[in-house]
Amino acid sequence: MHLSTTRESMEFDVVIIGAGPAGLSAAIRLKQLNPTLSVVILEKGAEVGAHILSGAIIDPIGIDTLFPNWRKEEDHPFKTAVTQEHFLILGEKRAWKIPNMLIPGVMSNRGNFVVSLGGVCRWLAQKAERLGVEIYPGFAGIKMLYNAVGAVAGVATGDMGVRKDGSHGLNYTPGIELMGKYVLIGEGACGSLAKELIAHYALDRKSCPQKYGIGIKELWEVDPVRHRSGLILHSVGWPLDKRTTGGSFLYHMKNNKVSVGFVVHLDYRNPYLSPFEEFQRFKTHPTIRNVFIGAKRIAYGARALTEGGWQSVPKLVFPGGALVGCAAGFMNVPRIKGVHNAILSGITAGEHIALAIASGRAHDEIIGIEDSWRMGPIGRDLLPVRNLKPLWTKYGTKFGVILGGFDMWCHQLSGFSLFGTMQHKKTDAVMLDPSFMHDPIKYPSPDNILTFDRLSSIYLSGTHHRDDEPSHLLLKDKELQEKSELGVYSGPSTRYCPAAVYEWIEDGNSRRYVINAQNCIHCKTCDIKDPNKNIEWIPPEGRGGPLYFDM
Amino acid sequence: MAILLLAEHDNQRLAIETAKTLTAAREIGSDIDILVAGMNTNQVAVAATKLLGVRKVLVAETFYLQYQLAEPLTYVIISLADSYDVFIAPATAMGKNVMPRLAGQLGVAQISEIISVVSHDIFKRPTYAGNAIETVQALDAKKVITVRTTSFMAANAGKCNVEIEKVVIPEDPSLSRFVSQIDSSKGQPELNSALVVVSGGRGFGSSENFKMLLEPLAKRLKAAIGASRAAVDAGYASNDRQVGQTGKSVSPELYIAIGISGAIQHLAGIMDSRVIVAINKDPEAPIFRVADYGFVGDLFEIVPALIEII
Amino acid sequence: MKDAKQQTMEQKWQGDMKIIVGVKRVVDYNVKVRVKSDGSGIELTNVKMSMNPFDEIALEEAIRLREKGVATEVVAISIGSAISQETLRTALAMGADRAILVVDKRVLEPLEVAIVFRELVKVEAPNLVIFGKQAIDDDSNQTGQMLAGLLGWGQAAFASAMNVKNGEAIVEREVDAGVQTIAVRLPAVITADLRLNEPRYASLPNIMQARRKIIEEKTLSELGITYKPHIKVLKIEEPEARQPGIRVNSVAELVKRLRQEKNLL
Repeated sequence: MHLSTTRESMEFDVVIIGAGPAGLSAAIRLKQLNPTLSVVILEKGAEVGAHILSGAIIDPIGIDTLFPNWRKEEDHPFKTAVTQEHFLILGEKRAWKIPNMLIPGVMSNRGNFVVSLGGVCRWLAQKAERLGVEIYPGFAGIKMLYNAVGAVAGVATGDMGVRKDGSHGLNYTPGIELMGKYVLIGEGACGSLAKELIAHYALDRKSCPQKYGIGIKELWEVDPVRHRSGLILHSVGWPLDKRTTGGSFLYHMKNNKVSVGFVVHLDYRNPYLSPFEEFQRFKTHPTIRNVFIGAKRIAYGARALTEGGWQSVPKLVFPGGALVGCAAGFMNVPRIKGVHNAILSGITAGEHIALAIASGRAHDEIIGIEDSWRMGPIGRDLLPVRNLKPLWTKYGTKFGVILGGFDMWCHQLSGFSLFGTMQHKKTDAVMLDPSFMHDPIKYPSPDNILTFDRLSSIYLSGTHHRDDEPSHLLLKDKELQEKSELGVYSGPSTRYCPAAVYEWIEDGNSRRYVINAQNCIHCKTCDIKDPNKNIEWIPPEGRGGPLYFDM
Repeated sequence: MAILLLAEHDNQRLAIETAKTLTAAREIGSDIDILVAGMNTNQVAVAATKLLGVRKVLVAETFYLQYQLAEPLTYVIISLADSYDVFIAPATAMGKNVMPRLAGQLGVAQISEIISVVSHDIFKRPTYAGNAIETVQALDAKKVITVRTTSFMAANAGKCNVEIEKVVIPEDPSLSRFVSQIDSSKGQPELNSALVVVSGGRGFGSSENFKMLLEPLAKRLKAAIGASRAAVDAGYASNDRQVGQTGKSVSPELYIAIGISGAIQHLAGIMDSRVIVAINKDPEAPIFRVADYGFVGDLFEIVPALIEII
Repeated sequence: MKDAKQQTMEQKWQGDMKIIVGVKRVVDYNVKVRVKSDGSGIELTNVKMSMNPFDEIALEEAIRLREKGVATEVVAISIGSAISQETLRTALAMGADRAILVVDKRVLEPLEVAIVFRELVKVEAPNLVIFGKQAIDDDSNQTGQMLAGLLGWGQAAFASAMNVKNGEAIVEREVDAGVQTIAVRLPAVITADLRLNEPRYASLPNIMQARRKIIEEKTLSELGITYKPHIKVLKIEEPEARQPGIRVNSVAELVKRLRQEKNLL
């Protein structure tokens, strides 16, 4: 985090951080309601979509609200409707298919679309720009700016051309201040500005701790004879053990592309677990592996997602702005979907802010945003499923999923839940057990056809950070890391990171912690799962990070 | 089909790239003349006459050709151009400088850095830093070609007796002049043009070991020293030594990777090397997937032994 | 100390020095390119595109020459479809004074690009043209030298340092043996190598301003050029993967094999 003292400053009506579905939808709604507003979006990725990673199946409810006539357009990105869906419980050798009639209605994907979320964002960005929204990729918002009365007044972008040692390189370029009447934070799960704001205004005072998962995804080009456009498949169970929760997705997209991924809930206990290796193992399951015969892996990426749901959404508004999308956490865990809610939350924020600006307000708390989401479509989406995640965590996959399903059925039929509203009690970081309580897991070696190692994987993510820039992964206490992270937990960072950023290197008798920050694909798992909260993720120089193109 | 091959030399020695380019030329056609342009190039011309498959050797000697600047050299070739259908040179700094200018003056395309000859007018060449191989057909009657020399074996020398012919030299166009040249020290050639590269990784354990073991080996082999990103990050070698995607790609005759496990970026950066040798204690190291010769063992024993034996 | 006459010459020269820089829109160098399975080309759909890094260096050098007072105007020129405007906007944001887009949807080969620039040189009458030494897509490394040949101008390819004085560019060139310094009479063509400079960042305010600037557009026919390909691309395929070789068990065996089987050492 490098801030110069002499920064240029520019004024806008609304400043939005993050060109994801939430930020873009907010910008579009603002300009739809008032074309004269000046709306600017900063995006840390090198282009819109570069840092977007999702399954993804989209429920079109958000897009329908934003563009009621989108179906009549030629170039929209929703070309693959879900045609067939399977939900599997996997054992090591077998798979049990849950009959679709047993699956609660909220989980059905009828009418939904398989998409590349990056493609959706690019489409939204084009629409936004046509409406006059200014979008600047390659610039990260790194610090909130507050006015004299303690309200948010703007955002500062990072300096560029800073050397590893903190000195200014020859092409040093200071960041600037973007001032706005309101600032919207749409950074996605575990955003760094959102973290700052939640702490600064104690936005999570009344909510449960946020829960997260790590989603790892690959894109494959498969043999046309093994491709079924619109077929989607979800699974729980193997290769995860009974106490570890998560699941897979496998979506057949258009053009023989298959999107396959695995989500491990980050409240797992075993420090020897590697989400990446679990994913690789998953692909080798007898009912899964056939899809990949003769196929070629073309992309790789990973991103943390929010899983706390209804109970964990913090207060969205603060004086001078609001959190939108997964920066707040609107992911629906059983539906494995959040994009529709992200879009809806952007729209809601846009509507309220347009109204506020029209009545001459600025830098105040727009409580209308806060009041409307729980009563509106987002609330209706999240409320009925609020107990699945706590039940799943508490009872493991076997009983948790059954109980959760039962609870969702109850809610669907009666409108009430058996369990009331169950709470998330602990952060994911403190869920980790000391390593003596577990045995190391021996994962099979990659075959480089179906399964791979992490380094050859991140190569496909196009990840890049300037060689000489300061590390954007801050280790707060070096000694603590050796004493606890290594000594007590046996170095989980070397396993939970899907980009092999962290290494413990033996140097004779001593151990050295190596942080390969240039490998980082900005998933934020380290910031979430380090048992001592000793690692902080901050935005690197703009344009750094992965270069996803179809994720 | 008459072919004019522009020799690579330093006025004293004929470089091996010439013999390799000759191999490519012989796959295109048979009437091959070598042009030696420079100053006091007697030895070079004689060496050229010994290469098998050469029809004759043309010599263009004058003071303003001494440094083989593009403009006068191109005019020499242009003055001979009517007699040739193909103009070919190694893709060295010289060839890459002169040949496109020639193509421009002839108004024809150039086919850059061919790695194989499919037929007299169809060639393969790498694009996207070697990530894609293009097969192209040259449509012009006259063809200008540069050759990636690591893709061709050197033509043999033998007992040939071809004639040396002096060329009438056009006037110096005086568009540019030589000022000076600083050769990099003989022991440490540049990474991107070295015939041999020895690279070290984190397996060396310290910058002292890196220096102590790698430098004498590099000196013995007249090799450039490279490093993996991990070694650069650990401070064993400076940034400009890094071999790999974000650093540099290399394409030497011989690449020796020592104590490098072989991150994919590194492998991408060395895939155009002719021969890869890997020395690593981990038999599972990815570097062995691309190495022509793999040696599983302790580099602290192997490297000194290697220095000893070479 | 320079004498008075020399100084006036320099000033006179510097008074109206225009530089043209060629900038190409290419697949971003961080993208892992993928060959289409049907061999027809590279997968370009949704792939991040950027200014060719060597062209960025060329442009930086031109802007520095203007900032030093050596040059008065920097014109960035690109050839491509309308989307190449993005690349020219980046050039404007970095500091180019003007931008020209020669609109053509086809992929022009280096000779045609050089011909386009020859015609633009006739119109713009620059004293210096700077290109990147090669584009990282086709890796041809031709256009600068070709243009110099077409114009009969002097050339300095693979520049790692440069300086302009007395109507000459003094250029350090990266050659295989080391670094060669030559002086080339202006007007001339220079191509930029990696070490010439480290390009600046386009700052956010400059990017914002560049969005409002006008990009001049021309077509091949306006320049009097008839499209005529000289190269036919027949196929594009992935390189053959290297196969693992053999394991050796001793240093002596390694050296023996390298000598006997590969003719090395």
